[in-house]
Amino acid sequence: MSLPAPLIEMRGITKHFGAVKANEAVDLSVAPGEILGLLGENGAGKTTLMNVLFGAYAPDAGEILIQGQKVRITSSADALAAGIGMVHQHFHLAPRLTVLENLLIGIPGKTGRIDRAGGLARLAEIGRQHGLTLDPDLPVSALSVGEQQRLEIVKALFRGARLLILDEPTAVLAPSEVDGLFSALRSMAAQGLGIIFISHKLNEVRALTHRCTVLRHGRVAGRVDDPANTTSSEMATLMCGHEIVPPARGPSTPGADVLTLDGISTSKHSGTPLRDVSLAVRTGEILGIAGVSGNGQRALAEVISGTRVPDAGQMTIAGQKVSRFSPREVQALGLGRIPEDRMTTGLVTNLPLADSMVLPRIGTTAFSSKGLLKPDAIRAFAEAQIKAYDIRCPGPMTRAGALSGGNLQKALLARELAFDPKVLIVSQPTRGLDIGAARFIHEKFLAMRAKGCGIVVIGEDLEELLVLCDRIAVMYEGRIVGTLDSADATIARLGLMMTGAEGHS
Amino acid sequence: MFRLEVRTSTPAWFNLALPLLAIGATLVLCSGLIALAGAGVLEAYGVMFTASLGDSYAITETMVRAAPMIFTGLAVAVAFRAKFWNIGAEGQLLAGAVASCFVGAIPMPGPLAMVLMAMAGAAAGAAVALVPATLRVKFKVDDVVSSLLLNSVIYYALMALIEGPWKDSFSGYPISPPIEDSANFPVLLEGTRLHLGVVVALLTAPLIWFLIVRTTLGFRIRVTGENPEAARYGGINVERVLISTALLSGTLAGLAGVGEVGGVHFQVMSDISPGYGYSGIVVAMLARLNPLGVVPAAIFLAAVMTGAEAMSRATGVPAFLSDVIQGTALLAMLVALLFTAYRIRRVGAAR
Ligand SMILES: Nc1ncnc2c1ncn2[C@@H]1O[C@H](COP(=O)(O)OP(=O)(O)OP(=O)(O)O)[C@@H](O)[C@H]1O
Ligand SMILES: [Mg+2]
Repeated sequence: MSLPAPLIEMRGITKHFGAVKANEAVDLSVAPGEILGLLGENGAGKTTLMNVLFGAYAPDAGEILIQGQKVRITSSADALAAGIGMVHQHFHLAPRLTVLENLLIGIPGKTGRIDRAGGLARLAEIGRQHGLTLDPDLPVSALSVGEQQRLEIVKALFRGARLLILDEPTAVLAPSEVDGLFSALRSMAAQGLGIIFISHKLNEVRALTHRCTVLRHGRVAGRVDDPANTTSSEMATLMCGHEIVPPARGPSTPGADVLTLDGISTSKHSGTPLRDVSLAVRTGEILGIAGVSGNGQRALAEVISGTRVPDAGQMTIAGQKVSRFSPREVQALGLGRIPEDRMTTGLVTNLPLADSMVLPRIGTTAFSSKGLLKPDAIRAFAEAQIKAYDIRCPGPMTRAGALSGGNLQKALLARELAFDPKVLIVSQPTRGLDIGAARFIHEKFLAMRAKGCGIVVIGEDLEELLVLCDRIAVMYEGRIVGTLDSADATIARLGLMMTGAEGHS
Repeated sequence: MFRLEVRTSTPAWFNLALPLLAIGATLVLCSGLIALAGAGVLEAYGVMFTASLGDSYAITETMVRAAPMIFTGLAVAVAFRAKFWNIGAEGQLLAGAVASCFVGAIPMPGPLAMVLMAMAGAAAGAAVALVPATLRVKFKVDDVVSSLLLNSVIYYALMALIEGPWKDSFSGYPISPPIEDSANFPVLLEGTRLHLGVVVALLTAPLIWFLIVRTTLGFRIRVTGENPEAARYGGINVERVLISTALLSGTLAGLAGVGEVGGVHFQVMSDISPGYGYSGIVVAMLARLNPLGVVPAAIFLAAVMTGAEAMSRATGVPAFLSDVIQGTALLAMLVALLFTAYRIRRVGAAR
């Protein structure tokens, strides 16, 4: 047996943040041409470990070897020089500069000047080799998220990376873009690059990786040598330490319409506008909205959530006509809202968690009266929710931004469900969450459904929608092209409708 | 080698430690200048201290100077909490001074005059602050630039007033007519200049603290400042909050001007404010935008100002040192604030 010598080896890496043991004696290695999956629940220490490898954190103990040589990586510049490239969860690009300029930042040509022609040639070559094409003269601000990610990958290759780290790259991609990413990664691996791939979506991990390392509470919980022939539930068990069974969705008993949209159209905003959208959600059912992102889902969520006034059309909540389309109005009518972007729209990361938890209802008598806050009520509410939803944090006065993604999502869920909404609108409810946390969120939705709440789930993950929803409507270019009962829906059929083909309702 | 690392939480004692650290660093840095001017560092700082805080009269003088900076410091702190970048407290102060001087010159019973002076000054300050806020909300004009430039506009309008219609025809000095004697703020301690306005300033600080921490308006100001998108999603009318903040901020800065007219100068002249509006920025930053912290921060700067003059007389170090100390304190505080977001870590020692 002749395993290739590892490209990169991490030995006994330990990194603590105060009392938090983010990494504890972690060993990990990647061979040339290998795609290694790095798995673990939220907070297991994946990002921390990669930050250590990339030089962003100094480890408390442990060593890093590159092709058998001990190296010291104390900055990202060191990492790049050692051939390590990283695509972070949040991109590091200069939005006003063009694609080519972003590539050439910090790489002077021979004479100290910028080598534009050489850059163009390399860019074209990388594009040809791995299918990573980009228009060199477009400013980054004009790129889609998928293209920005492609640019980050190209940037790493440009600097001669032999190991590429991707931290949850698919969390920001539409399913169709994922295929393109995977074929590029396979092509790079075929050329001898090592790749570390982090994802919570186990089917992706099974499809792409050659081997996996699983972290739990900062330690290596196990390794998977043959991901393609390992089931998702086996991997999940390794990650969580216990089995995760998908929730069972019983038959629905829908009642009257609780949210209706009739001929809603929008205009004059960035993103795809809505064109004559009509839909109805009944009590006790979950309606999914599927579609390739950018087909009007954002505008739909905004109109329902009361942050965008439509140009035409009517909306009712629990039989009452919505007139002002303000957050306060829709809330008062019984709508619960969970935004797509937890960090930017949902919470105020720099303020205590309690503030974020009462934010949408701060003006109601629950949390204030006559313009004065009720600090005790606010605190008690936050404490009660933290307990009820098992939100892991030191307390209600913790800075919200210090919580992990899964706990933030629980907090957002708690702040709405506490008020027993008649209808709930959620976008991408489990993006970036591990399966345990996702499972928890799904259970809560099903419990609300059993209590007679109508739920609208806007999502890109078709498997999730199929598990969760009673009916699925498909959006294409700002319209609803069809609605399927989930018993009749298959991924293939939904996929076809998502390209604009008419479905049967 | 040392590196900066992002920290996830800031210990509470930082609120006290950072300003003290900044002030300490400032005094050390400025001691170089004192030495350069040929004076003994300890002696110079000693004179500054005795002259500003050494006896009860000195303390009252320092408090009289601190009062306008408490108001402007609060004005800036409130505005910056909402990320309304009000650099215009100076202009708002001047507008408040002019308006209150105008009212104070009208004969009427003293208490009524004082109340009306305060209302007029507050309204004038608020009106001035409304300009950059409206420009930002309606036309996305940068509030730093507009509020800053407005200071010059107000200043020259004031000059036009005291060089023109208000000019003292008898002496020919560019000074406004004095306010009525009955409108002069009562002096609280015989033989000092400690006037009613100083107490009002001291009482305003906890009031503003209460407003920021305990009212829904304060909650909305904080949330809007930290994350306007989340605020809007949560049903807060962000534009309205910015306007309310501007009105509040301008009111406070305007009151600084009222105190100077009613309690100190009794008229308006071109140098009625030695930059109290700008000092308010230093005060607010030293206080880390905490209204309660504004009081000690303002007293510190006032002590530096009063002390610098005495030091200049005693040691020959130019009184400009006061401005240098202010500027250095602001820079030192900005650097110190870095430590709330980052921690210094030694790397490489583990080997
Ligand atoms: N800079 C930091 N300071 C303090 N604690 C931190 C810091 N960064 C991470 N942590 C903590 O270390 C632990 C590991 O975090 P890490 O981000 O590595 O997890 P992760 O596996 O990437 O999770 P996710 O799947 O949610 O991205 C968590 O408990 C986290 O709160
Ligand atoms: Mg992570």
